[in-house]
Amino acid sequence: MLKVENLVVNYGGITAINNISFDVPDKQIVALIGANGAGKSTTLRSVIGLTKPKSGSIEYNGESIYGLDSQLIVSKGITLTPEGRRIFANLTVLENIKIGAYLRRDEDGVKSDQKWVYELFPILEKRSWQMAGTLSGGEQQMLAVARALMSRPKLLMMDEPSLGLAPIIVNNIFAIIKEINKNGVTILLIEQNANMALKIADKGYVMETGKITAAGTGEELLNDPHVKAAYLGAAAGKKKGRL
Amino acid sequence: MAGKILRNNLAVAVLAILLVILLVYVYASTAIKMPGSVFLQHLTNGLSLGSLFALIAIGYTMVYTILSMINFAHGDIFMISLYFAFFTLSVFNMPWVLAFVCVAALTPIVGILIERFAYRPLRDAPKNSVLISAIGASFLLENAATYLFGGRPKVLPDIPLLSRVISIHSVNFQVVSIVIPILTFAILIALINFINHTKTGIAMRAVAKDHEIARVMGVNINRIISLTFIIGSSLAAVGGFMWGTRYPGITPMMGVMPGLKCFVAAVVGGIGDIKGAVMGGFILGLGEILIVALFPNISGYRDAFAFILLIIILLVKPTGILGSKAREKV
Ligand SMILES: Nc1ncnc2c1ncn2[C@@H]1O[C@H](COP(=O)(O)OP(=O)(O)OP(=O)(O)O)[C@@H](O)[C@H]1O
Ligand SMILES: [Mg+2]
Repeated sequence: MLKVENLVVNYGGITAINNISFDVPDKQIVALIGANGAGKSTTLRSVIGLTKPKSGSIEYNGESIYGLDSQLIVSKGITLTPEGRRIFANLTVLENIKIGAYLRRDEDGVKSDQKWVYELFPILEKRSWQMAGTLSGGEQQMLAVARALMSRPKLLMMDEPSLGLAPIIVNNIFAIIKEINKNGVTILLIEQNANMALKIADKGYVMETGKITAAGTGEELLNDPHVKAAYLGAAAGKKKGRL
Repeated sequence: MAGKILRNNLAVAVLAILLVILLVYVYASTAIKMPGSVFLQHLTNGLSLGSLFALIAIGYTMVYTILSMINFAHGDIFMISLYFAFFTLSVFNMPWVLAFVCVAALTPIVGILIERFAYRPLRDAPKNSVLISAIGASFLLENAATYLFGGRPKVLPDIPLLSRVISIHSVNFQVVSIVIPILTFAILIALINFINHTKTGIAMRAVAKDHEIARVMGVNINRIISLTFIIGSSLAAVGGFMWGTRYPGITPMMGVMPGLKCFVAAVVGGIGDIKGAVMGGFILGLGEILIVALFPNISGYRDAFAFILLIIILLVKPTGILGSKAREKV
């Protein structure tokens, strides 16, 4: 579905992404893990057109989306739940959900999807008239996911959806990611929580300082000694410490 | 109920303004024995000047909301609208309604062009660059107007229907001073409804919050930004046209002082808040007229009122009367 080849991204003179290639097959969950500053967010931002790459190719369903305007890219069915939630704090919860469906013209479909996201996140329905900025962090994350789903994406890219959430909510979010995927949405997932991400992933990639250093099925990476040492033991421990 | 009103900034501010007007009235009628009808006349004048300020101030506040910049050329767009009024009325001899529509339709083109060529190329540049570009755009409009139309004042023809004086109970009003506040409130209500209840209005608020994520939602932010400039400039044009019926002299530099005052109005009301801009406009308009009426011997300082008010507000409540700093969770 998504095929990235030889992607290079620079910020000023600094190379953030150095010639990476990966692909996201249709209807799968693909996890992208790696340390802080590895270039994971930059990768997603490049796919959706928020950051202009220096070179490489990005193909979506066989069609190049490299260098296109974000607006055009999302109209093809790609969306992003950005790092740090970035819900529209000055809009109500309901307005955030509505703007997720900004490009859609099928009002009935929008209505039924609205019901669907309210079923996924019942708390949002209770808060629907509240200013999104007054939601708790976890609620904001749910809203970011709900907002993304409202565009009825074919490819949903999620940048650290579990960041800063309590363990029980994290489980919840992962269950929902699986459910969304069962509904036919392809998912490209960035996670610090490598253990959980690889468990639900069909496929995983490991990034280190701008390069992809390992790839395989979720299971293979879970059992890879290098990945285990670098991301699973340590990452899980760090995560617990922070929460 | 009373508690609820007191917790609402807008309600408190409106009550405070009404109270001040009442006190001023008591002072006027006792200390300087001003007849009620004369006071009422000053009040109407203040309201209509305030509405003009409000119309221009909305443009400052809307552009600030969406681009976090002060559009210093806004006062000059107002000036250009008066030249459009002059040409449509005097040169092309259009009936005033048609001229009014033309002015409201032509002025936004200037706004769009300025955004397109002076601000958009600097969208990702540091804020100071945009600010300097805005000052440049302002000079450009002033000098272009001087070059094209000359420095000598042009005089707008009289529009009898608007400048006619009617008197009710020995209070004399120009029709235009009643039309302007009504028009301003109608526009305000329409605008707030548009922003709060339409899809484009939601998109506009989303762009104001986060350009990148608005793009990810599929919003064409350039179109929303252009629309903001269209609305701001057409309101300045409406204000300009009405201004011209009251103060008919037009010069290339005439946008500077009203522009500055309306910027002050937007800051006083709380920049980024449309209701605040309107309230700031009314405070400035009423304040200026009433000070001149009550203290004729300091009327030479009338322009100072706005700036003294600005300093006081910045000291007491830097976010403006209705402004509040939104708390953000990280
Ligand atoms: N706008 C920017 N300007 C300059 N450098 C940037 C910018 N954004 C990111 N970088 C740099 O690019 C590198 C990759 O950043 P990126 O945000 O993609 O990392 P990440 O893998 O998402 O990290 P994290 O797990 O901490 O979110 C980092 O070294 C970062 O400092
Ligand atoms: Mg990141």
